[in-house]
Amino acid sequence: MKQDDQGIYEYLRHHKKFPHVWCAGCGIGIVMGSLLRSIRNLELGRDDVAIISGIGCAGRMPVYMDFNTLHTTHGRALAFATGLKLARPDMEVIVVMGDGDALAIGGNHFIHAARRNIDLTAVIVNNSIYGMTGGQSSPTTPLGAFSATAPYRHIEQPFPICQLAIAAGASFVARGTVYHVTELDRLLEQAIQKRGFAVVEAVSYCYTTFGRANKMRSPVEMMRLLKENSITVQAAQKMEKLPDGAIVRGVLHNEDKPEYTELYDQIIEQAHGQPSPRKRQVRRGWA
Amino acid sequence: MTIQLLQGNHACARGALTAGCRFYAGYPITPSSEIAEIMARELPRVGGKFIQMEDEIASMAAVIGASVGGLKAMTATSGPGFSLMQENIGYAIVAEIPCVVVNVMRVGPSTGIATHPSQADVMQARWGTHGDHPIIALAPGSVLEAFELTVKAFNFAEKYRTPVLVMMDEVVGHMREKVDLPDAGSVEIVNREMPSVPPEWYEPFGNPPSDVPPLAPFGEGYRYHITGMLHDPRGFPTERLDEIQPWIERIFRKIDRHLDEICMWEEDSVEDARVLIIAYGATARSARQAIKIARARYGRKVGLLRLKTLWPFPEEAVERAAEDVQRVIVAEMNLGQMALEVERVVGRKKVVRVGRADGQMVTPEQIVDAIRAPQPQAVSLRVAVPW
Ligand SMILES: Cc1ncc(C[n+]2csc(CCOP(=O)(O)OP(=O)(O)O)c2C)c(N)n1
Ligand code: SF4
Repeated sequence: MKQDDQGIYEYLRHHKKFPHVWCAGCGIGIVMGSLLRSIRNLELGRDDVAIISGIGCAGRMPVYMDFNTLHTTHGRALAFATGLKLARPDMEVIVVMGDGDALAIGGNHFIHAARRNIDLTAVIVNNSIYGMTGGQSSPTTPLGAFSATAPYRHIEQPFPICQLAIAAGASFVARGTVYHVTELDRLLEQAIQKRGFAVVEAVSYCYTTFGRANKMRSPVEMMRLLKENSITVQAAQKMEKLPDGAIVRGVLHNEDKPEYTELYDQIIEQAHGQPSPRKRQVRRGWA
Repeated sequence: MTIQLLQGNHACARGALTAGCRFYAGYPITPSSEIAEIMARELPRVGGKFIQMEDEIASMAAVIGASVGGLKAMTATSGPGFSLMQENIGYAIVAEIPCVVVNVMRVGPSTGIATHPSQADVMQARWGTHGDHPIIALAPGSVLEAFELTVKAFNFAEKYRTPVLVMMDEVVGHMREKVDLPDAGSVEIVNREMPSVPPEWYEPFGNPPSDVPPLAPFGEGYRYHITGMLHDPRGFPTERLDEIQPWIERIFRKIDRHLDEICMWEEDSVEDARVLIIAYGATARSARQAIKIARARYGRKVGLLRLKTLWPFPEEAVERAAEDVQRVIVAEMNLGQMALEVERVVGRKKVVRVGRADGQMVTPEQIVDAIRAPQPQAVSLRVAVPW
């Protein structure tokens, strides 16, 4: 198990873009390190990797990484990535999003990318809050928590990201945490290698906003919670009932099914050079 | 060359394919859906790709993604979808990504009337996305022109690294005309400039003499950053005034320097005209008929300036054509949008607005009435408007 971070130094735009924008002790940097190690371990060429993100603290990740990087609009990263992947099916396209980015404003794109089973790797940094805008509620804010827009307490149910991804049709779904870094490296490696839509929920924390609003003021304290509250898939399977707030880590779903860009290549093969098929006559509705 | 009976939407799709479009992402909406259906059928035949996205926000995003991957890319929609695309049209402007957006205009606001024409999105084309920005918008007036201006739209997009809007009204989109489309070989096609320097020197948002930096597709060895944030010549976010200022100036200058090429119009019977009609799209067809009637029946000297480019606004052409006339009539299927620009340009000269917003075409009679009205300031709008 390699943990030498010297090897990922070359993947950083170190002389151009540091220091980074994140609060000292934020988990996002840990996810970035994990992602870089997994790319290195898979020996992917830097020119063959595209990192696409939306808007938010997590969305700032690509600027520091020396690949083809596209920082898009809030929530739309997967839709941009879909276009790029269709144009360059040979490229490894990795999409990094915050929980709000992926599931609130981008929720529709998320389920449809999963449904199409297009070969993208979606990394969702779940810190249960809108970090960048100052700690407002997100679709993963737990019931009863406090946030800048839930000053009395949050009264909405959080999205179970992984279940949502499985139900929507993703090929590979896994959850890791920023405490269990080596495991996160392995999960990301598997996700990147998967042909099809692969989701990794990287459970992180935002001590600056969520922590402050919920009486957890230090990164260390929040890290400890990740350690104490999480269990492996294997352990979870043996339990009759999961404890409240348990974070189940590991590969939750892994299935082989037809991938979108491969299917489209078959369409091209079928249509290429053929006469145009007769337009199917359908009754026309208007709207 | 074969003579065919084609719809405007069909000609638009053919123009896109001829221009080298190899990617289409869209969401069905009347009256533009034929374009998507044709592209779904034709793109794979030439090795291109079509995808029906989950909405128009995603469609615009996918178009940009594909263009970043090196493909010529487009989408087509109508008012409600055009509204949803605005956010990422702004992204394409800031990130300088070539792409083409066709809006087959129907009556709005909101769902409006799906099957009835309008030209009421022309100001949205100019200012629909937030922030100061330049934009190119073209307005075809016939089926043949739907083909020609779609080709032009791709050429401008590639040459100037910008989104280009084709603002086609429903009448042109659905009208059928006999056309003789040029062969692919005889049409001028422009492709984006690729960098000729090694990757270490490449500045994707630099300041070359042409004002349009070359654009390397992703995956070709030029690893760089693209963002919707204001950025430095390498593409990294910046708040430094000495980096932002030159960038803002350049994205306007790259268009403004080429108004001679971008601004297109056509004049008809203007030599002796005392009254000038300014119109675009299908409304210009009514104007032509109105001129015939006014000249033959009433002996009025009337001419037409038909705009093929709406944005940047062809100021010089309007100024020149309006110089010696007594009255300018702006006819459009809205309640006076481009008329505002004409008023700005012709100064104190009286500008008469002829328009409607009820999903019907501006008729030749409506324009003839305006030509014959004793008081030039009369406004001929088919709705009760309080001014
Ligand atoms: C269309 C749009 N709406 C709102 C915003 C403001 N905004 C920026 S980041 C953000 C939320 C970020 O939260 P999340 O995605 O969870 O990422 P985090 O910052 O926590 O990593 C919002 C609402 C925006 N940039 N664009
Ligand atoms: S605000 Fe929160 S999520 Fe954003 S960098 Fe700071 S700790 Fe991290």
